[in-house]
Amino acid sequence: MSQPDSPSLYAAREPVFPRRVSGNFRTLKWGLMIFTLGIYYLTPWIRWDRGPNLPDQAVLIDMANRRFYFFWIEIWPHEFYFVAGLLIMAGLGLFLFTSALGRVWCGYACPQTVWTDLYILVERWVEGDRNARVRLWNQKWTMRKARLRMTKWVLWLLIGLATGGAWVFYFTDAPTLARDLVTLDAHPIAYTTMGILAATTFLFGGFAREQVCIYMCPWPRIQAAMMDEDTITIGYRSWRGEPRGKHRKADGAEQLGDCIDCNACVNVCPMGIDIRDGQQLACITCGLCIDACDDVMAKIGKPRGLVDYMALTDEAAERAGNRPKSIWKHILRPRTILYTVLWSAVGIGLVVALFIRSDIDMTVAPIRNPLYVTMSDGSIRNAYDVRLLNKHGDDRPFRISVVGDPSLRIELEGTPYVTVDVPANETKLQRVYVIAPRASDPALVESTDIRFWVEDNSNGDRAYRDSTFHGVNQ
Amino acid sequence: MSGTPEKKNEDGYGTTGHEWDGIEEWNNPLPRWWLWTFYITIIWGIGYTIAYPAWPLVDRATAGLLGYSTRGEVAEQISEFEARNAELQVQLASADLNTISDDAALFNYAVQGGAAVFRNNCSQCHGSGAAGAVGYPNLLDDAWLWGGTIEEIAYSVRHGIRNEQSLDARWSQMPAFGADELLDEQQIVEVAHYVLQISGQAHDADLASAGAETFDLECSGCHMADGTGDMLGGAPNLTDAIWLYGGDEATLIETITNSRFGVMPAWSEEFRPAGGLSDSEINAVATYVHQLGGGQ
Repeated sequence: MSQPDSPSLYAAREPVFPRRVSGNFRTLKWGLMIFTLGIYYLTPWIRWDRGPNLPDQAVLIDMANRRFYFFWIEIWPHEFYFVAGLLIMAGLGLFLFTSALGRVWCGYACPQTVWTDLYILVERWVEGDRNARVRLWNQKWTMRKARLRMTKWVLWLLIGLATGGAWVFYFTDAPTLARDLVTLDAHPIAYTTMGILAATTFLFGGFAREQVCIYMCPWPRIQAAMMDEDTITIGYRSWRGEPRGKHRKADGAEQLGDCIDCNACVNVCPMGIDIRDGQQLACITCGLCIDACDDVMAKIGKPRGLVDYMALTDEAAERAGNRPKSIWKHILRPRTILYTVLWSAVGIGLVVALFIRSDIDMTVAPIRNPLYVTMSDGSIRNAYDVRLLNKHGDDRPFRISVVGDPSLRIELEGTPYVTVDVPANETKLQRVYVIAPRASDPALVESTDIRFWVEDNSNGDRAYRDSTFHGVNQ
Repeated sequence: MSGTPEKKNEDGYGTTGHEWDGIEEWNNPLPRWWLWTFYITIIWGIGYTIAYPAWPLVDRATAGLLGYSTRGEVAEQISEFEARNAELQVQLASADLNTISDDAALFNYAVQGGAAVFRNNCSQCHGSGAAGAVGYPNLLDDAWLWGGTIEEIAYSVRHGIRNEQSLDARWSQMPAFGADELLDEQQIVEVAHYVLQISGQAHDADLASAGAETFDLECSGCHMADGTGDMLGGAPNLTDAIWLYGGDEATLIETITNSRFGVMPAWSEEFRPAGGLSDSEINAVATYVHQLGGGQ
């Protein structure tokens, strides 16, 4: 395979120096950056009063006690399906947006894109715009270059540290941890997590950038399967732009297309690609080339949109001189409607599940070794491990009862009463005995269906679980 | 899909010659930093095999500079656990069993530890669920031969029953009324029917009333006049629904004729230097058994 003139198997990264650009999409991206980073950095500081004994942080993942708090919602480990449901919704949401608007997630909301955008902003602020940065890159090391590089790296590191710092606040009380972090009293895991996230942010946002999207991320590959000819994505109207060329009077400019080959779209691209080559894997559809080209078109007095959002089917229509379909006709099609319906169904299901769940709950595990015990008076006793869940912030008295046969009665291990106190926000394991008198129906048949009820004496909330009573197997 | 590679782009990278439905496979270069990660993993791997146990030798593996071993880690975790519970362990050894349930932490520790002791030492006879078997008492019910208070259970565990190890072992012996010719066969059948009667089972009334007198003479000394037994002597209650060997006519006749002699070892390490239980283990297993549902 290898020929003497075959090029190297490995290629160095081509540095990318995106030029500053302004326009509608750039403004939108600034807004989204403030919005998404604002959510990320500020959320842990929102307080939410849940009463005594419970944390007052609005969003908190409490690993030690295995609780997830989200404003008024509190999720216990056995309710993890809520998190699974949210992940399914996130997945379906991505499918929906990709089939409708292409890689809109990549271009506007992906953390890699947002943080890289922020890092490029810092870079531009310290080292200047594209031309200055290219010059600096090609320069030999001088005091000035070292100073600029150090300034940029320190700022990047500080952003990275703040990124890792914000992350750990989601897992414990933010004000307490912030104080501990400063006084060096925080847990080593907090510092380690901050260090790792600071390092990856620094590396991915500062140096790897488009390499992450092109070589590391699986999403671009998956997305290709979700896009079709009606998906709105960024393209170049080659039928209008070609043949491209500098519009000089002498060169027969009237035969040239609208593209003046100014490379504005290439220079602003954070991925370092040429959108005029057509749709390609490396394009994250951030829209900056549209802004750049619109700017140029305005200057040379041509209509905007030589580079623009469009669907594949628009090309044929425009070449034939017809008006392309409207955006809504592209977006509203069976595929996107199906994704929306599925997304909504999961969402509605989760909301309903959230509202019908009770603040008390129990699980019942019958003890099957042995199935039953004969007592000295000839009665038959079954034992059950009952776990009682109290999601309140205070201790609650729970009364346990059983229905299924009038002859059955109940006893609790360790207490002569049928009411048991369950500590605040905890699960209590209580062994419960169900007893059938000698020669009663449940004592003589192999199994009887029974239902355990647990009732919160303080407010009447109740919950039940079904189980089985085993009699003497005859 | 075959064919000669065709040079395509200006950097000299071409297609591999593979083509499916007009889609060609390009032989584009790998990013160089990716190659570096490959070398870094190799260096990391070499460092790892030096720092941690790795290369197999004849009878062991290289130990590694950090001296790490999974066995060592387990041993460390066990000693950490023991250190953390050292105080509870001391408390448990001298605990007052009658009030142990008042101290939730100690009680929980005793029950969990007792469950482990029970599975290791007791379950072979009494069953993993403590439901017993023929000849081995069910520890879940409310009938006790020698007493079901937590102190009595601890005593039975410590000294055992009818063994030669502990001088203070629980001891009693029922005569073999048939084998030793204390009663003739007819009398034994009559007593058996009397026992069937007082335990509320189907019986022959004539035989039972004939057996009542024999019972009064021969049996009531231990089993009491009303047949309810005596825990001081380990004499079972004959009127309840619980039978260690069986309550039917044939089994009763067999028991009266040949007697029974169930033995339980003394579990204290005082009497069993190898494999015996310490004071804290005895207290733990007594606490565990007591809360199984039958404790008095």
